Amino acid sequence: MTVATVRSYRPRAPAWRWILAGSLLTVAILAGVIIGEMPLPPDTVLAVLANKLFGAGYPVDSINAAIIWNYRMPRTLVAAACGAGLALSGVVLQALIRNALADPYLLGVSAGASTGAVAVTILGLGGGALGLSSGAFAGALLAFGLVAALARAAGGGPAQLVLAGIAGSQLFNALTSFFIARSANAEQARGIMFWLLGNLSGVRWPDVSLAAPAALIGFLACLWHVRALDAFSFGAQSAAALGISLRRVQGVLIGTTTLMTATMVSLVGSIGFVGLVVPHAMRFAVGPRHGRLVPWSALAGAVFLIAADIVSRILIPGQVVAIGVVTALVGAPGFALILIRNRGRT
Amino acid sequence: MRLRTANLGWRAGVRPIVEGVTLEIAPGETFGLIGPNGSGKSTLLRLIAGLLPPSAGRVWLGETPLASLSRREVARRIAFVEQQAETTEALTVRDAVGLGRTPWLAALSPFGAGDAAIVEHALCAVGMEHMAGAQWQTLSGGERQRVHIARALAQRPRLLLLDEPTNHLDIHHQLALLRLVHRLPVTVVLALHDLNQALGCDRIGVMAQGRLIACGPPAKVLTPEQLAKTFRVGATALTDPVDDTVLFRFRCLEE
Repeated sequence: MTVATVRSYRPRAPAWRWILAGSLLTVAILAGVIIGEMPLPPDTVLAVLANKLFGAGYPVDSINAAIIWNYRMPRTLVAAACGAGLALSGVVLQALIRNALADPYLLGVSAGASTGAVAVTILGLGGGALGLSSGAFAGALLAFGLVAALARAAGGGPAQLVLAGIAGSQLFNALTSFFIARSANAEQARGIMFWLLGNLSGVRWPDVSLAAPAALIGFLACLWHVRALDAFSFGAQSAAALGISLRRVQGVLIGTTTLMTATMVSLVGSIGFVGLVVPHAMRFAVGPRHGRLVPWSALAGAVFLIAADIVSRILIPGQVVAIGVVTALVGAPGFALILIRNRGRT
Repeated sequence: MRLRTANLGWRAGVRPIVEGVTLEIAPGETFGLIGPNGSGKSTLLRLIAGLLPPSAGRVWLGETPLASLSRREVARRIAFVEQQAETTEALTVRDAVGLGRTPWLAALSPFGAGDAAIVEHALCAVGMEHMAGAQWQTLSGGERQRVHIARALAQRPRLLLLDEPTNHLDIHHQLALLRLVHRLPVTVVLALHDLNQALGCDRIGVMAQGRLIACGPPAKVLTPEQLAKTFRVGATALTDPVDDTVLFRFRCLEE
């Protein structure tokens, strides 16, 4: 074996990387619980968490305990799950569609979710049996189904999928505007607008039990397919020549992505920019190989969205800014900086 | 590995692109496919690679029908180098060649020292070992082509399909590539544009309008009459006094 061979042989990611990632996520979650409209002392937060998680029995103020456990903890966990899920969806779609502009909402999921939400809350579809979230979830899946059918009828390539996604998004956004203009009063319209830009205020534990498994399943599906995602580097035909079953891999990954995005959008609205920017930033940071890109994008998405949620709560005292506004305000200049610093690399 | 096709055909809508191709290629043989632009060479290669479902006919690898193999099983037997495959990812040369190990690695099995050695060997075979760390975007067209071929070699195939592999290569690397291909202990099918290069193949097949119109040793197939009919060129056979090999000088025949 030559020297070059020895040097080129890199064993799997060592354990310290996973430990580092876990610590970063833990610190981010603690920060998300500690910092807010009303700052809570870190020792109180730790005491409450110790009581809840390990039954430690420290004496704490019951109002503080309720804020920490019933309000901030689920909110932070859902932010982490959404950030990870959206970033992973971006990684998958950018790899499969081979388009740098691909993001989780490309396939009409977000537009369909808004229409579903509006149909339930303003038109009263479902007669009150459906909540806003279930309406949004149904709308998201319906829109994706239409987009996928249209793309298939148009020939089934990645370009057709993008174009069908644009057509589907336009149609459902128009329907949303039409419903709002026709039937909503000013207060309803404002509420819908707030939801559309992303809103974590109403998040409680039942939402965690939807968001966390969705993100975890998506993460595992992506990890399982890292080699397949790499194989798409030179296009779908090249991936097929390398032994990738296109229909199965594209079906599983796009299906997982859609379910993940639909779940997130139906819980917290369509938070923009995370799914587009985080994967690109991580490509610059850890390289294009999906074995590293997938876990680091999931982590960065989670941390980024927790941070954005913190900022959205403390930016204007006494008022919560829509988190989508924060992600765009922070993300756009940050992304511009990355683009400029790395010019010439791609 | 022996390759057989029977009555192989593919249509784009109603237009036949490849029609009634029956071929048998012996293990270890180097088989050149020649023919004018649009004669169906690339489509035939993609049918043999299993990347297009044939609209008629079948392909066998040894005694196994190609259609009965999974995508991964096919990729362990056949490597295919297409004409243009680009990426915008910031991959290194070694990353790109490493993709050739994909069909041999399960989802969770690590890229081991054995795989790294195969990649290194493939890089040496195309003379790119000194550029293993270079970024894809910094490579010239010829260097990219050599990396694609190294990736195909890293697949350790028993049948290698090359679609105009000498495009973009300077004359040294064209000749080095053809020498490499001839020495490989695997069956090779390559589409070629340079008819003098085709003379070096064990056998050649001539494609015209989707059909295989001639097949045999180069000296039998590449006659002035055949070249005039298929390629619309006049050809004079010349003999190189150094080693008595025959080569062609061409002139355009007007309609």
